[in-house]
Parts: sequence; C-alpha cells; structure tokens
Amino acid sequence: MPNSMRALARLRWRVAISLTAVMMAVYFGFILLLAFNKPLAGSLVAPGLSLGILLGALVIVATWILTLGYTRWANRRYDPALERLKREAGR
Amino acid sequence: MIAVIQTPPVGPSATSIGTTNPVAIGFFLLFISITLGITYWAARKTKTTEQFFAAGRSISAGQNGWALAGDYMSAASFLGIAGLVSTTGFDGLIYSTGWLVGWPVVLFLIAEPLRNLGRYTFADVVALHRRQKPIRVAAAIGTLATVIFYLIAQMVGAGSLIKLMFGLTYETAVVVVGAVMILYVLVGGMIATTWVQIVKAVLLLSGAFLLAMLVLSRFGMSPTALFAAAADKYGAGVLAPGKQVANPWDAVSLGMALMFGTAGLPHILMRFFTVPDSQAARKSVVYATGLIGSFYLLTFIIGFGAMVLVGPDAIRAVDKGGNMAAPLLAEVLGGTPFLGFIAAVAFATILAVVAGLTLSGAAALSHDLWVNVVRNGHAGGEEQLRIARGATVVLGIMAIVLGITFKGQNVAFMVSLAFAIAASGNFPALCLAVFWRRATTAGLLASMVVGTLTTLTLIYLSPTIQIDILKHASAWFPLKNPALVTIPLSFLVGVVVSLLTSKRAIDEISRFEERERQMMWGA
Repeated sequence: MPNSMRALARLRWRVAISLTAVMMAVYFGFILLLAFNKPLAGSLVAPGLSLGILLGALVIVATWILTLGYTRWANRRYDPALERLKREAGR
Repeated sequence: MIAVIQTPPVGPSATSIGTTNPVAIGFFLLFISITLGITYWAARKTKTTEQFFAAGRSISAGQNGWALAGDYMSAASFLGIAGLVSTTGFDGLIYSTGWLVGWPVVLFLIAEPLRNLGRYTFADVVALHRRQKPIRVAAAIGTLATVIFYLIAQMVGAGSLIKLMFGLTYETAVVVVGAVMILYVLVGGMIATTWVQIVKAVLLLSGAFLLAMLVLSRFGMSPTALFAAAADKYGAGVLAPGKQVANPWDAVSLGMALMFGTAGLPHILMRFFTVPDSQAARKSVVYATGLIGSFYLLTFIIGFGAMVLVGPDAIRAVDKGGNMAAPLLAEVLGGTPFLGFIAAVAFATILAVVAGLTLSGAAALSHDLWVNVVRNGHAGGEEQLRIARGATVVLGIMAIVLGITFKGQNVAFMVSLAFAIAASGNFPALCLAVFWRRATTAGLLASMVVGTLTTLTLIYLSPTIQIDILKHASAWFPLKNPALVTIPLSFLVGVVVSLLTSKRAIDEISRFEERERQMMWGA
C-alpha cells in the first residue's frame, strides 16, 4: 500500500493509463481485424453469428468489464488509501 | 459519420410517415408538458450561478449516469445506426463500438480529476494555477467550435426529421426545437436540463427495448436467428465488414476521434460538475457506460430487424440515408400508434441534446469569456447569472438561424468534425494539464490552438469536403477524419512548447503537487 500522497497519485496514474491502453488495444485490435482480414471477420462461428458480430458484442462487454474493474479497484483500494492519508494529515 | 440526412420522401408508399400523426403529436405534447413542468419546478431552485451551471452539485451518481446517457444518445446514434445497420448490415457495429469505447477513457483519465479541479467548465481545470486569459480564450473557442458544429448537425437533423415524421414545415420544426430548448435552459438551468436528459434517456431506452423485443419475438427471442434470417434474405455479406472499412487508416482515424472525442465534449464534461464529489463522478460513468452499451446492442437488433421485416429498399425509398429505419420498423410491428411513440421519442432526443449543448456553450461564453477574461474574475453573482442567461438566448437564437441557414445542406460531416475538434483541441490539453507536471500556459495554449486549427484545416482538405461537397476530383489530405494525425500532433506541440517555456513558468510547474492534492482530495 502506498504510504504517501505522491505514491498514491502515481499508482492511480499507472492504473488509469494501463486500463486506457487495454481499452485501446481491444478496440483497435477489433478495427484492424475488420480492416485487414474481412473474410475472417465474416466467417461464421455459429449459424447466423459471424466472428465480427461476436467480437463487436465482446468489445461492448469489455468496456463494461473495464469500467467495473476500475471502479472496484478505486472503491476497495484507492478510496480507503486516500482516507488513511486524510486521517494522517488531520492528526 | 452518420447523422440525420435530409431527403424528402420519394413517391407514395405504404407508410404513414410524412403525414400528420395524431399519436405522435399527443406523445410529443405530453413530453413537452412534463418537461416544462420540471422546468417550472427547477426554476425555483435556480437562483445562483452554481445552481444554473452545476445544479448546486446536487445530482446523484445514478441520476447523472442517466443524464450522461441522455446527453450522449443523440438522434444520430438512434436513427443513424439503426439506418446504417438496416441498409448495410454489420458496418453499423463499427460506430456503436466506437461511440462506446470513449466512456472508459472518460472514467480512467478525466471524470474524477475534472470534478475536483474545476467549477463549471473544463477550462477551469486547464487554467488552474496558470495564466487565465489566454487559456480561457482558447478553451472557449474549442468549446464553442465543438458546440456549434454539433448544434448545426442536430438542428438540421431536427428540421428534416420532424418534417418527415410530423408533416410540419422544416422552419417551424427548427423554431419549435430552438424555442422549447431556450425555455428549458434559460428558466431551469442545469437542474431542468439534467431532468430533461433523464426523462428522454428513460423514454429512448424503453422505446428501443420495446422495439428490439418485438423484433426478437418474431425470431424465437434469438438474435442469431434474426441475423441468420438477414443473411438468408440478403446474403452472408450483411454479417461481414463492408465499405465502411474500405481504407484501414480511415477506420483507425475515425476510431481515435470517437474514442478521445468523448473525453473532450464540453457538454459531457460539464455534467461532472453537477455531482457532489469525485466518487459520484466515477459511479455516474459506470451507469452511463452500462446504459449506452445496452442501447447500442439494442440498435443493432433494431437495425437487423428493419432489414428483415421492412427491407433496405423500402427504407431507402422513404429516406435515402436510411434514417427512417427505426420508425418504419415500429410501424410494421405496432402500427401507427407505435410509430407515433417512436417519432415523439426521436423528437425528445434532439430537444434534450441541443439543451445540453447550449448550456455548455453558455458556460464558455459567460464563465470563461465574460467573467474570467473581460471582468478578470471579478463579477458578482447577479451579473454572472444575467450574462449566463443572456448567452443562452444568444446561442439558442444562433442555433435556430444556423439550422435554417444550413437547410438542405449535407451536414453529416459536422458531427465527426465536432468529435475531431474535441479529441484534438480539448482532450490533449486537458490531459496534459491534469497529469503532467511540466505543462505550462504556453504549452497548453499551443496544444489547443494547433489541435483545433489543424483539425479544421485538414477536414477542409479531406475527401469529405473536397470530393463529396465541393465535387473536386481529388483531395489533398487522404483521410476523412484527421484525428490520427491531429491528436498526436496536439500532444507533441503541448509537450515541446511546455519544455521550451519551462524556465519562465517555474511558478506554474512548482504548484503541481498542490494541483495533484486537489485532484485527489477536492478543493
């Protein structure tokens, strides 16, 4: 656990930038697949369900997982750590 | 980019679209009376500038989540994506995902710092501890450019949409939208605007949900059975990417504008000042992402439903751009009354979006330009409120005039222009100002100016303007959307100029820890 303001700020920044990078990788991975391999994106994984549609729906699910994951981290780790720092500063 | 495209109905058809629909007018009047009732109630709670611009910081996380969704789900995303899917199939999904992936970025990078560092506008955050005037002017220009291009697209869409659905004249429709919107914002400020967004978001989501469920009920509640029926009827190509990704770089560049543009849209950013603290700001994005993502999944079902049950040719016969796919589908599934309901929902959608845009434009004019530039930050509460209301009326009238001026023009590109300016002019400066110790006044100013100007220039030189609108044979700049070039450029300029001017800005740089503390703890 970080024990100072700076360290906590840096941790939050690292989490934010890593999650942003994951989101970019997911979305641009999807776009680049569509752009460079259309036949693969159009191939059927089940009757009526192409790989492209499946992955598109998964991109939407990924945004939900990432926002929930960040919020869980912020609620469980970041907020309590910040509270501790506030209490220490108040003493 | 999709937006509502204005084309008159072609020839007689089996639909009642384009004729006066009493059910639509009934629902619409109901929406107007409810929202004006809310406005009347909100007026009594709107006495200070903080209440006018930030609803007295009294909006809860859940309410703000719905309002963010209401602000974001425009008619373009409802009618446009459903239309695109119904006529081309898969490609609509590229927009749905693109418009959603900006929200996690807003959550990770922007929402909480913004809430703790600013008061009414994102310029508060960029200008904190720095020289106020140059930054406020540049940020206000970025805000107003985004707001005005977005407004033009919405107003022109409103005019032609309402003409198609209600049988009103284009000008009447634009004036009605403008007048009602001015009333919401002028009288009820942010409280009324927020509740208009919430009511609209609930209506839009329940309308879309009902429509999608009615579609699925015809296919044994199975989306894949629906897709299979579409592929049977129109070929397997409708399940695969098509023309929208003809040029990979275009697709990536558009994706960047959508992803980072959301984090630079002034009317979205402004919503984070309405909640009590940064935890509420955080939670509200989670709600918004859930709601908007569900909405885009529904529009995908609606689009394929319209393809199978109405047919691409019948949809194009009513409106070349395909924008009437969802209303036509509603008519097939629920007759004229359901068509009327969906038409009224679309109207309400446009009204709410223009209200949010106008309020954020008014904040830039009064809070950034008048109070902090003209009056050097010394303006009394009464004066601030008076100027804010004056700015609302000015922007509202401007929206009406621009809507009528651009009648019949192809304004679809203006939404992508707004996103590109937000992504390249506003977002990089905001990001650098919050997270980078060495960001200086000169650096942030250069980032905003270069980001906005290169975006405008490259869009002018792009195929969208040169080939599609000016009918030239070729375009100097190859990409339809410049974000791939302008976002990195704007960051680069911000960094280089900051480093070059760091010696003269030691005071600004030395207060980074103070900013960081405020970012985490609040003011």
